Amino acid sequence: MGILLILIGLIILFVLIFIGIYNSLVQLRNRVRNSWAQIDVQLKRRHDLIPNLVETAKGYMKHERTTFESITKARSEAMSAQSVGEKARAESNLNGAMSKFFLVVENYPELKANQNFLAVQEELTSTENKIAFARQNYNDQVLFFNNKIQMFPSNIVATMFNFKTSEYFELESATEREVPKVDFTS
Amino acid sequence: MWELIQTNRRRSIVLFIGMGLSLLLLGFFIGEAFWGSDGWIAGMSIAFLIWLIMSAVSYFSGDAIVLAMSHAKRVTPEIHPRLFNVVEEMKIAANLPTMPKVYIIPDIAPNAFATGRNPETSSVVVTAGLLEKLDRDELQGVIAHEVSHITNRDILFMTFSAVILGSIVFLSHIFLRSLWFGGGRRSSSRSSSKGGGQLQLIMMLIAILLAVLAPIMAQLLYFAISRKREYLADASAIRLTRYPEGLASALEKIAASDINLESANKATAGLFIVNPLIKKGQRLTALTSTHPPVLERIKILRSIAGGANYADYQRAYSSLKQGTETRTSIIPPSGIQDTKKIELTKPGKREITAESSRRKLDDLIRTLNDFVFLQCTCGLKIKIPPDLKVNNISCPRCGRILEIPLSQLQRIKSRWKADKATNA
Repeated sequence: MGILLILIGLIILFVLIFIGIYNSLVQLRNRVRNSWAQIDVQLKRRHDLIPNLVETAKGYMKHERTTFESITKARSEAMSAQSVGEKARAESNLNGAMSKFFLVVENYPELKANQNFLAVQEELTSTENKIAFARQNYNDQVLFFNNKIQMFPSNIVATMFNFKTSEYFELESATEREVPKVDFTS
Repeated sequence: MWELIQTNRRRSIVLFIGMGLSLLLLGFFIGEAFWGSDGWIAGMSIAFLIWLIMSAVSYFSGDAIVLAMSHAKRVTPEIHPRLFNVVEEMKIAANLPTMPKVYIIPDIAPNAFATGRNPETSSVVVTAGLLEKLDRDELQGVIAHEVSHITNRDILFMTFSAVILGSIVFLSHIFLRSLWFGGGRRSSSRSSSKGGGQLQLIMMLIAILLAVLAPIMAQLLYFAISRKREYLADASAIRLTRYPEGLASALEKIAASDINLESANKATAGLFIVNPLIKKGQRLTALTSTHPPVLERIKILRSIAGGANYADYQRAYSSLKQGTETRTSIIPPSGIQDTKKIELTKPGKREITAESSRRKLDDLIRTLNDFVFLQCTCGLKIKIPPDLKVNNISCPRCGRILEIPLSQLQRIKSRWKADKATNA
């Protein structure tokens, strides 16, 4: 009788631990998804801002057709990218195109003084920062989630219910990680 | 960092009880001094009541009180887009559940603080002077520091202490003043019984002593607990921005300013990122302030190398404090254990320079003080104060008659009112 009670108690204990692990896995997965959604919102916002910037700049930069074309192309590629890896690659390309654009802007002092341009530029800078910070947060959440999936004993529950590790959102090389530098002091 | 949040909660409770006890003590002696031998019952019950009311008030509307004391005004994104952007960036980085409310103090002294009860009901406050003095990266560092106070759950504790400290200072002030106006009369009328009178005199002396000491003691207690959390908020800020130089040069600029923030006082001083009450030279080195000396904070930030981890900050701190306080840990153990390498961002982020910033600052302060701007066709921008009662004004440069946009003035005035209603 006593042994039976202990057994039942143990089983109940195991079930409770099991439920706890399962729930925390779901919670962590939702956090990963949520922080990915945040990156997505900001990426979309950047894609929306770029035409604004191009519109404002076009009046001043009549001879920079190729720069604008490469931005537009990179932007549409970035917009159609699907997976995490694809997105990271497309966004890196877009970053490259944008930094080239801002280098060219250096040659147009009137454009740099334009209030509209400054406003759009502030928005774009902020959006780029938001992407970087959202990515930072996303990678943190992915780390927590992946740790939980790979560590004992939660890995047992994770394999039973087919929780898969998430992919980090890394930019390809260290140079691309930096936001394009534009020096206005000169 | 869960244990840190727990520690902060525990400290809030300790402070809550400690402040209560000192209030009771003060009540005991003041009661004795005023009402004779049985006065302590009355004195202590009044003190107890004050304590209860103060705690309830500071828990539920401490942030509103602190905001009102510092004359902070809630602003919309249109008033300063960059400030809103930076706050939102830090909100994302810190994974806050909601966007903090944003306030600006119309003052030219550069400073900032955060307040609120929990991350859901938090506010970030900066002065107009801060916005003018700092560039984008520096502003980001300051906001990251304030957002760290929010995520580390410092804000409840800090707001709570500000309100309690403020009321202790206020009460002992009232008591000391009341001595001039007939406080002693009661004791003299009873001095017929000599022994009682003498005892009362002693009680009175103790009460005066306590009334003088209480605010100082309260402040010291407050300082003792708040120094560490400033370092910690710096460390957390670096973890968010990954760019120590931004915060370092912001601190340098704030400390170099010799303008005192007018709306700050003894009670609210501890909330600010850099003590707003100390004059120039002192601000950099002051030892007994709420905040660790700014110079030291800057040095630590500048010597961080290799990463933006908590462990990296601790290492920088220890190497600076070599010999004296090497073993003091400012970061809770769980923070140190988090050893995942975090790359620092390289300097040279894109910077947008501000043009004619002094004029911008004046305009910002005018906007906050409900001025309306009128653009004359000759190009002159006319600033119209909110209490102007006329319908027309002639342009001082070209003499054109311009109509005052009264509806706009009205709308702006009602904006703050609506704001106050939502805050209450």
